[in-house]
Amino acid sequence: MSVDLSQFIPSFLEESFEGLELMESSLLNLEQGDDETINSIFRAAHSIKGGAGTFGFNGVTEFTHLVETLLDEMRDGRRNIEQNDIEILLESVDCMRLLIEAIRDETECDSNKITETSMLLEHTLALDNSVPANANENSVSTSASDSDDALSKWQITFIPEHHLVQTGNDPLFLFNALADLGELILDANCKELPALNDIDAEELYISWQLTLSSKASEAEIREVFEWVADECQLVITKEETIDELASIEPEATGDSSKEAIINGQVESTAEQHVSSAISADKNSSPPPSEKTANKAKNDLGSIRVGVDKVDSLINLVGELVITQSMLSELGNNFDLSKVEKLNAGLEELLQNTKELQESVMRIRMLPISFAFNRFPRLVHDLSKKTGKEIELILKGEQTELDKTVMEQIGDPLVHLVRNAVDHGIEPAEVRIAAGKSPKGTITLNAFHQGGNIVIEINDDGGGINRQAVFDKALEKGIVDASTTLTDTQIFDLLFEPGFSTAKELSDISGRGVGMDVVKKNIQSLGGRIQVESETGVGSTFRINLPLTLAILDGQLVKVGSETYIIPLITIVESLQPQKDLINRVSGDMVLYRLREDNVPVIPIYSLFNIASEFKDIESSLLVVVEADGQKIGLMVDDLLAQQQVVIKSLNDNYQQVEGISGATILGDGSVAMILDVSGIILMAHKKSELDQKHKKNMHFTPTQQISEGANV
Amino acid sequence: MDIQMLAEEIPVEGEHSLEGIDFITSGEQYLAFLLGEEQYAIDILCVEEIRSWENPTQIPNSPNYIKGVINMRGIIVPIVDLRMKFNIGKVTYTDTTVVIVLTVETTDKTRTIGFVVDAVSDVLNVDKSEIKPAPAFGGYVPQNYLEGLVNAGDNVVTILNVKALQAVEPHKLS
Repeated sequence: MSVDLSQFIPSFLEESFEGLELMESSLLNLEQGDDETINSIFRAAHSIKGGAGTFGFNGVTEFTHLVETLLDEMRDGRRNIEQNDIEILLESVDCMRLLIEAIRDETECDSNKITETSMLLEHTLALDNSVPANANENSVSTSASDSDDALSKWQITFIPEHHLVQTGNDPLFLFNALADLGELILDANCKELPALNDIDAEELYISWQLTLSSKASEAEIREVFEWVADECQLVITKEETIDELASIEPEATGDSSKEAIINGQVESTAEQHVSSAISADKNSSPPPSEKTANKAKNDLGSIRVGVDKVDSLINLVGELVITQSMLSELGNNFDLSKVEKLNAGLEELLQNTKELQESVMRIRMLPISFAFNRFPRLVHDLSKKTGKEIELILKGEQTELDKTVMEQIGDPLVHLVRNAVDHGIEPAEVRIAAGKSPKGTITLNAFHQGGNIVIEINDDGGGINRQAVFDKALEKGIVDASTTLTDTQIFDLLFEPGFSTAKELSDISGRGVGMDVVKKNIQSLGGRIQVESETGVGSTFRINLPLTLAILDGQLVKVGSETYIIPLITIVESLQPQKDLINRVSGDMVLYRLREDNVPVIPIYSLFNIASEFKDIESSLLVVVEADGQKIGLMVDDLLAQQQVVIKSLNDNYQQVEGISGATILGDGSVAMILDVSGIILMAHKKSELDQKHKKNMHFTPTQQISEGANV
Repeated sequence: MDIQMLAEEIPVEGEHSLEGIDFITSGEQYLAFLLGEEQYAIDILCVEEIRSWENPTQIPNSPNYIKGVINMRGIIVPIVDLRMKFNIGKVTYTDTTVVIVLTVETTDKTRTIGFVVDAVSDVLNVDKSEIKPAPAFGGYVPQNYLEGLVNAGDNVVTILNVKALQAVEPHKLS
């Protein structure tokens, strides 16, 4: 039976990456050292090896085998866990990741690093090893895949569950496939066969004891049973002493003795079989429903959801169905006396849908520890590189965040943490001189605030040198020497492209690319970043992100015949303009005095070229919104309801539209556009530039565009 | 209608003649429609559905032939008025005005777009060999939209290239 294994590769990759992450984080914790941790590292490595073997990724199998051997020695207490070994293991994890990534991308990976690290591993293994046979380590890695040169005898106990045949599996196919591998002797066990009257024709009552003489490896045999692994008890053992079949004796004994040497002790041979059986089971049981979309080859795009979340979803759907049937019954013979009941039913429906929506959204939510997990390793490496002693504290790791947001926030966070290590934390001498502990502290904190998630990156370093930032900005020509800037404005300079205050470049950070990208990434997620810093005490970068990209709280507004949605998060306030607070400056710009601020007024109708009921600014409404630190007043005809809207992309079937972040479907089935406030600000800038050019060319006196709108 | 009766309805070879039912053909099928007085056709396999005209939501600063977007079972679908795009006929919205929704898969993207036409007229069975290249002069329709011409009775039907139709030309703020 040939099974197309390739469809399981994505699951293998996903599991392997998870395993690698686990290995990495456990290795970092191992510095304190305990048995449970090393066991979990070993298990992760072993699963990867087993999986890779199933799919025939020999590179991974061979390399992982070396790692596993080293881990095994540590686990058995035959080797002391030393810092040096941990470094090598961390290196190895990197190599394994490279190898697996190469499989994912279907490319060749850089073999230099792999060879180097495996040499290092072998060297370490050979160096102070109490088990003599390990000098052969080199041959071990290959023997795993080469052992199929020799005939060996396998005892297979196959006890299928009764319903096996109902799932479309036929044991005969399996046996035929086995017979293709070698000589097969079958022994059927009919003990469980019930009396003729009780036999269900669709059930299977027989189990088998199979003896296979074959060159095949255990993995190959298991592959035959791949599809039925969930539905049977399967025990595969290799007979160590074979004397019944004279023909295979020489090779077989050679093979088994070789294996005994490899493992050093006989019982560990058995152990290996058992554990590889476990791992093979694990790898053969990914859900078959998972389809591999060719397009999304590089993006695995699956999500792991806790059973509790799914259960609550099912409960809610149950309630929804009940409400629905209640309503449809009500509708069957409806009269006016039942209006109250109808209202109650609709109320319930609203409640159900809301809860359902929340539950579904919760499925996309993952704890932020997924993004935080990589930082212990990063800080560990960086502190070694920079020679600074740094402690990393993670807080609020269970805070949940939308998966898409999580994927995109990773890189900006890495950048900020690097900056904190490189620029934030001072060298130990400086710290001691400043009366601080020589060990620097970086704190990553995540928590919910309103509908947002806040991520803080805090260091207790020297703080941002305002003068240095200002001088640099002066040098770059971003500011004038005469301007005085507030702290916030100075910190904002950090996010200018090509800006770096580091005196010398290091390979960690300071090339001046990045902070602007960080800001851009965060903004593209609808978030914002703030900086706080106190000289000598430290700096905090605070990132505010919306919880999810799929749903937003919106204010519906009317402009002419169109309904638009303004994200509630951007709205500062909505007001009815008073005549005496409207000022016209520099020709046709309209400013509205909002307490201390003068807010530029942007009429949506003219920006979007649509007809409006709008007569003059006094009779319109002003929605003051803020984006990128700039407040603007959007002129609208009317304020409608506030509601949550599901964001749909315009890009799918059309293209990105300036000033519009997406569309949504309203209760009546019509489509409404969601305004992109920062996009609108940009548009307004461009438009005014265009207008100015236009007017210069035409030698027109500036007209008052808005009052003109009243006459049109 | 019970199952027995349904079974009798199903034509069985030899018993009922399949003659006159043209779903078994050798050629390709095209959906023909009217723009003004002229007949056009597109590959029927790309047609997602035919809808009656409804007022779409405007897209800010879009070209005039893009009428806006509608909600088609939760998908946001842009609506293009082919008459305006190709400058054919009068742009009126009547009872027969329909929107043909096409889904076109290209290598990098699948797009669903609705096209406003005056009326849907026919389904044509056309053999590839019957399609003649369109003459490369005159006419409002840009050459890259034309796949060819085909004779249907007394009329000449222009077959449009769906791939070209689905490519939305990017536009900028004017």
